[in-house]
Amino acid sequence: MPDTVATWTAPGNAVLRASLDALPGVDEAGVHARVAALATRSVKTSAKARAIDLAVRMVDLTTLEGADTPGKVRALAAKALRPDASAPDVPPVAAVCVYPDLVPVAVRALRGSTVGVASVATSFPAGRAPLEARLADTRAAVASGATEIDMVIDRGAFLTGDYRKVYDEIVAVREVCARSDGEPAHLKVILETGELAGHDDVRRASWLAMHAGADFIKTSTGKVSPAATPDVTLVMLQAVRDFRAATGRQVGVKPAGGIRTTKDALRNLVLVEETVGADWLDPRFFRLGASSLLNDLLMQRAKLTTGTYSGPDHYSAD
Amino acid sequence: MPRPLSPADGAPARPAPLGYAPAPESRASVRLRPAYGLFVDGSFTEPGDATFTSVNPADEQPLAEVTTATEADLDRAVAAARRAFDGVWSRTSPAERGKYLYRISRIIQDRARELAVLESLDNGKPIRESRDVDIPLAAAHFFYYAGWADKLPFAVPGVPAPRPVGVAAQVIPWNFPLLMLAWKIAPALAAGNTVVLKPAETTPLTALAFAEICQEAQLPPGVVNIVTGAGGTGRALVSHPGVDKVAFTGSTDVGREIARAVAGTGTRLTLELGGKGANIVYADAALDQAVEGIVTGIFFNQGHVCCAGSRLLVQESVAEEVVGRLKERVTRLRLGDPLDKNTDIGAINSAAQLARIQDLARAGREEGGEQWSPDCPLPGSGYWFAPTVFTGVTQAHRVAREEIFGPVLSVLTFRTPEEAVAKANNTPYGLSAGIWTQKGSRSLWTARRLRAGVIWSNTFNTFDPASPFGGYRESGYGREGGRHGLEAYLDV
Repeated sequence: MPDTVATWTAPGNAVLRASLDALPGVDEAGVHARVAALATRSVKTSAKARAIDLAVRMVDLTTLEGADTPGKVRALAAKALRPDASAPDVPPVAAVCVYPDLVPVAVRALRGSTVGVASVATSFPAGRAPLEARLADTRAAVASGATEIDMVIDRGAFLTGDYRKVYDEIVAVREVCARSDGEPAHLKVILETGELAGHDDVRRASWLAMHAGADFIKTSTGKVSPAATPDVTLVMLQAVRDFRAATGRQVGVKPAGGIRTTKDALRNLVLVEETVGADWLDPRFFRLGASSLLNDLLMQRAKLTTGTYSGPDHYSAD
Repeated sequence: MPRPLSPADGAPARPAPLGYAPAPESRASVRLRPAYGLFVDGSFTEPGDATFTSVNPADEQPLAEVTTATEADLDRAVAAARRAFDGVWSRTSPAERGKYLYRISRIIQDRARELAVLESLDNGKPIRESRDVDIPLAAAHFFYYAGWADKLPFAVPGVPAPRPVGVAAQVIPWNFPLLMLAWKIAPALAAGNTVVLKPAETTPLTALAFAEICQEAQLPPGVVNIVTGAGGTGRALVSHPGVDKVAFTGSTDVGREIARAVAGTGTRLTLELGGKGANIVYADAALDQAVEGIVTGIFFNQGHVCCAGSRLLVQESVAEEVVGRLKERVTRLRLGDPLDKNTDIGAINSAAQLARIQDLARAGREEGGEQWSPDCPLPGSGYWFAPTVFTGVTQAHRVAREEIFGPVLSVLTFRTPEEAVAKANNTPYGLSAGIWTQKGSRSLWTARRLRAGVIWSNTFNTFDPASPFGGYRESGYGREGGRHGLEAYLDV
């Protein structure tokens, strides 16, 4: 496994490319079979109750629409702090995730809480802007108080084999995540796996992002289909497991897009449990990027507590 | 400004495993009789004077009393099969035979949950496997051969009008009870034969449930007869003068004995016997998936699989990495109650089989192999053996040569493809092999040189009714499954 610093900082693309191409391949049928087997895991009763609360704590509650407004973001922040008005024991979510210009609104609404403010940046979702513009986008979000930055990689560069460009840009974004008045914003690197050429590419992109300094690797923007398939999440979990074994650094994973039901969330947690284990069963290392998921988690939680479904209108629609 | 999450934020200081609460499948769907007779000529006889007990290997509790068939019982069963062959089944139109088989497949699907629970109770295998593999595949075999019933002129090249053989005596093992029954009965009936089948003495219950299914399908009496008993009953059945064809799946020792008994009688014979399958992992394999394949190869069905990948041959340059990943993966296997939906490793089928596995594991240690198992508490009652990996094994060790038929993997290494093939073929068996490489040319090069009836590439223990299955050399002869599986039941 290539893990020397020299490999990654050597000038030019050739060494970097050789290192990434030397990673063991991924057999797509095998990945699919493993995911199908794990999908039969039965998580019920007390285990389900624990898993639902953990999933709530892992949610990055997201709104990424052209029509987003301060009012919408404030409502989302309120929901993040107290997901279920009728059940105060529901924990807050991990973070809210918004566009950079709405970071100040989210920061004001969440001040003093444990809920992070994640901002997509680098000309999300396509990333097709000059590097300077993408860095400026990131700087603005960080300056406004974002605690987490969700950047997109240049898929065009990756698909042409210019791994060096992708690597250097992640490093550059990471540099502008630094903050003079405290901890740097955590960097989540979105691979947009739905635009990459299969699972071998997902593994290469994962290693590239981790070596470039990603705190998290994230599947998707949510704007491209397919988004976070369980197959891709499994491949990325194997990558963070192997990366920690090689370097000692533990990187998080965030599937995002298409995770809508409690069943989807539990399947993700099962993948974590059986691939990388308990060390990742924590919001610091596993997140679920989602918008509609939270209410389904709350409904299933109420079903476990009260024995009845109360229907979607009992939960705020934000 | 919000702070990044830290461990102090009300979360547990150390992340805890998710854990799964117990998720036992209900036994309510299974209605067992206290005692079973034999299924002869379309109805059950009264339980006989001599019976034996079928126990649940997971807790040693009795499940039902089952009759030991006498020689007179076998005479009646073979005579019923002969009458049904001459009088009904050989005169039933091929399309009608197909309809009966389709009906049986659908009833198996309708009763799938009951059959899966019953199979797990009687055999000890995890419900995940009986529910997702054994029972669906058994139904699939009947569906597949139902389709052949009226297409037999295309079954054997150059034989435009093949005829059935007659009465088939079939003896099946305990590792996949209902599935092995399906492998035997579906092609026999599709080709127009009638059968007398004996299930293994430790797992007779799904075969007896299948007898009820034959009644439900209104199969003409005598077309399928189920007789129960131990080895003596099986011996008497296969050497019965009234049978035209013998099909056996089981150990190589018993297979030899049957071959001797049948030799010179004109009775046709197919044998599916033991194996010591090599699972070859090249350095350029997709390693995570190869590790899954190694686990499936040896720990599927507690390793009670004739085609198990019980010898791992791994290229030396990745041996350490592969074994490391394998051990990490095996640590996550969940051993316990076969009826729990999250169980990966169930019970060993019988005390006798457990003793054999323990004996071979002891030999492995004494011969210098390094035995490893994860920290895996075993239940207090029942027959259990933890998933086990032997490293430091050489071709000379008993654990590398003898079929263990349990969850015990022997790890050997090789340096070149030539050495991999030489080691893989260095066994008297020749049933299965696996090849793990991302390079198609290497896979084909290797497959051409392996002496094994079934060779899997980048997968293992994958079964399909359309695919022929069977062995070379001491693993037996004849093929089951696919078009080839019909030939054994046709007079060509």
